[in-house]
Amino acid sequence: MTTTTAVASAGQSRLVSYGSISRGRRRTLCWSYFFLILFVIFFLTPPVYMFITSLKSSAEISAATNPWWVYHPTLSNYIDLLTQKTYLTFFRNSAVVSICVVSVTMVISVLAAFSLARMKFWGSATLATGVFLAYLIPDTLVFIPLFKTFAFIHDQTGLELINHWWVLIILLPTLTVPFCTWIMIGYFASIPKELDEAALIDGAGYIKMLTKIFIPVALPGIIAATIFCFTVSWANFLYGLAFTTSADQLTLPVGIVTTLIRGDVYAWGQIMTGALLGAAPPLIIYAFLMDYYIAGLTAGATKG
Amino acid sequence: MADVVARDLDIPVTRPRVSMQRFVRRKSTIAFFMCLPLILVVACLVVYPALYSISLAMMNKSMQHFVGFGNFTFLFKRNTFWMVVEQTVMFAVTAVIFKAVIGFVAAHFVHNLPAKGQRKWRGMLLIPWVIPPAMSTLAWFWLFDPSYSAFNWIFAHLGIPQVAWLGNPYWARFAVILVNVWVGSPFFLIMYLAALKSVPEQLHEAAAIDGANWWQKIWYVNLPMMRNIIQITALFSLIVTFANFDIVKILTNGGPVDQTHVFATWAFNWAISGNDIPLGASVSLFMAPILAIAAFLILRNVSQRGNEA
Amino acid sequence: MAQVALRNIVKTFDKTPAVQGIDLDIADREFIVLVGPSGCGKSTTLRMIAGLEEATSGEIYIGDQLVNDVPPKDRDIAMVFQNYALYPHMTVFENMSFGLRLKKFPKAEIKERVQGAARILDITELLDRRPKQLSGGQRQRVAMGRAIVRNPKVFLFDEPLSNLDAKLRVQMRTEIKKIHQKVTTTTVYVTHDQVEAMTLADRVVIMNAGRIDQIGSPHEVYHTPKTQFVAGFIGSPTMNMLPCRLVENGTGLTIRLSDWLSLPVPPARVARYGACVGSELTFGLRPEHIIEGRGDVPPGAAAFEAPLDVVEPMGMETMVYFIVDGVEVCGRVNPAAAGRVGESMRLVADLNQMHLIDPRTQQVI
Repeated sequence: MTTTTAVASAGQSRLVSYGSISRGRRRTLCWSYFFLILFVIFFLTPPVYMFITSLKSSAEISAATNPWWVYHPTLSNYIDLLTQKTYLTFFRNSAVVSICVVSVTMVISVLAAFSLARMKFWGSATLATGVFLAYLIPDTLVFIPLFKTFAFIHDQTGLELINHWWVLIILLPTLTVPFCTWIMIGYFASIPKELDEAALIDGAGYIKMLTKIFIPVALPGIIAATIFCFTVSWANFLYGLAFTTSADQLTLPVGIVTTLIRGDVYAWGQIMTGALLGAAPPLIIYAFLMDYYIAGLTAGATKG
Repeated sequence: MADVVARDLDIPVTRPRVSMQRFVRRKSTIAFFMCLPLILVVACLVVYPALYSISLAMMNKSMQHFVGFGNFTFLFKRNTFWMVVEQTVMFAVTAVIFKAVIGFVAAHFVHNLPAKGQRKWRGMLLIPWVIPPAMSTLAWFWLFDPSYSAFNWIFAHLGIPQVAWLGNPYWARFAVILVNVWVGSPFFLIMYLAALKSVPEQLHEAAAIDGANWWQKIWYVNLPMMRNIIQITALFSLIVTFANFDIVKILTNGGPVDQTHVFATWAFNWAISGNDIPLGASVSLFMAPILAIAAFLILRNVSQRGNEA
Repeated sequence: MAQVALRNIVKTFDKTPAVQGIDLDIADREFIVLVGPSGCGKSTTLRMIAGLEEATSGEIYIGDQLVNDVPPKDRDIAMVFQNYALYPHMTVFENMSFGLRLKKFPKAEIKERVQGAARILDITELLDRRPKQLSGGQRQRVAMGRAIVRNPKVFLFDEPLSNLDAKLRVQMRTEIKKIHQKVTTTTVYVTHDQVEAMTLADRVVIMNAGRIDQIGSPHEVYHTPKTQFVAGFIGSPTMNMLPCRLVENGTGLTIRLSDWLSLPVPPARVARYGACVGSELTFGLRPEHIIEGRGDVPPGAAAFEAPLDVVEPMGMETMVYFIVDGVEVCGRVNPAAAGRVGESMRLVADLNQMHLIDPRTQQVI
């Protein structure tokens, strides 16, 4: 857009200067970009700083030079961590736990959501509300009784439920199942009933309806729910901290926080590298599947 | 009717088996079984612990005797308890207000941009929410480090006095709220942006013709139209922030001198580190009333909107 | 009250021209209708007058003021939208008084103006309700009330009746006309419905592909269309258009429509068409000017026989269709005189009302 244009049309030509309307609009655009840049600086400083620190050797960190710049970048932190057995164990534990939790959750949620959304049975409305309420109950409210319960079961049956990473597979669905069920109900409910009826006439039973129609049509919702489920499992800190203590049983977030901080000597280069690598899986998923991520976010609170 | 006929005619009773098959194939039965795993998960891992915590809270430390309200009276007498109450409430309310304001302002700015560019900016601004809070809290921890704080380094160069981010109680509270706001604002941004996009553009045009300038448009058109989303998002966030654990635990572990403890971290310390499970349960129970009120308000809001639609 | 002037207005969106050089003078208190098919640029022109779009070039004057640089809120205009654009969270009273409240009018005057407008529009009982409790017609009235209350220089209507059902549309059309008689503000009205244009307008502006094809009173555009587009757009059912050849025969000019149908040009028109003898032209005649043939043929008219292809009884009249060289021609006859399908019927064409169009320039000769 230029400020003046010579218009040669239909014979008459006149110089037109853009006036206060577009100037006003350009000004708001400038202000928008200005503030958005400020916000971006605020939001991205920690991750960027994590990255900068991860490239520094401990010598450079303790030398207390400019913390915002790397003078002698090195990949030694990365190499150390990735070859270190403990860190890889953390990573493996987190990965296995998350994948299992996702599978379990999605199966439970999709089945339950399908029946709650489509097959109205006595109490289904109450159950749906109950699921929503269960989502609102935070993990910090229930982890203590659960801890006690698990300890009790251990005493009674000898079944060791504390200090094993696979215990988390039992626990984490509490956080993921209610929300995933809730958004799947929303997605399933938005599928027009005519599709069901067409399928019924074509001779499909409920299971076929679910697998051949609902799941494919609601696939964006399923992807969004899966992503949410994975992110919550991966990022979980409280349950891991409460229920696992030995180093080889820890998941990534708990592991980094508790073991890399040894006494008063903080190996910050390694800690930041560990944190960055720990943040990597959700970030990578986010980079490729951003729209599903956001869909999952907005689905819960705005649907219904 | 049929059984009368069967009895009269002495027909051998094969009905129970047939009706069992029919029972299994009935829609509501299938539906119920499909829901069963969900019900089990919710009942065993959410409802049961929640109720159990009430009975736990009434036990003594070694969990041998029932002590009624003993734990509660113990807590009420302690100063720290009241401090934790005040801190948690202030922490939650302040953080939610700031998150809402930042989200609201940022949403408007993003909405102002040409449509093509919005996706890029939205993508960048959502990153704090994507990173696991535990990891990003570590980054903030390092940024606040007493000896090596990157912020203090900048301050030193600008001649501003150094800040004991995590050592000074007031700065520590500020730091905890700051990190929580950092993590949570993107959620508000996304929700408000979606709500903003659902406001019909023609209303803005009508307002422009009626004589409204930019802030009058926001006040008279955007804000009322977004009221539902604003309420629900704030309530959701209040619940989550109130029960927040990760940030406080990693950043300050409640310190210095218990000045940043919230219910969740204090309960954790009592139960797991201090080995006093009943006391921990009692502390965490205090979260319940606030959460119940917030949950009730959310449900009412959602059903109201369902009726309006 | 003010006049509106558009000088050489051009609007391009991303290299596609929507409006290509519009010149228009609207007199004070005039009710002018911009009419045309979708995409012809009428809404864009209206929005440029409102200030919601910026003209790529050209000048817009409201009153004597050049308003290109003036934002909508300072142009002293009011607009009625197709979707009403009522503020859903405000009552009808608050909707109508919004503009006045923003300008800090005294409460008493706001109340007076709103009630005055409500009386004109017959919505006084609705003042405390919210838009979602109102029907479509009521909402449209509230939207108009909001405009009237502002007492602006110009009213702008953007297809306000398109969302209403047919019966309501007819009703509201009359209401709008009555309101304009009471509140005589300059009005610019946009619609794609030519019936609305004909019934409401002081002058009609017919637009096509970003340009004005003709400006004139309803009578002018109906009886003396300047282009083929205008001739075909105005009038329902549409004008019959057939390719023809103008031939000279002894006594005068004849229009040869097909092997079996030739119609004589009335003497009064011969001079006008003299130069086009021998050329291929398009012949236009409205269906209402093809009637049943009974008794004497009036001067300037011509009688002919045609086998009927379709007969549509409409109650008050019957539409008869016959084919001329593959083109379906429509005539409007008295139901009692209508023939039957397949039968030949005697029809009379009033050629004083005919139009000849040059197919290359699309202009009516």
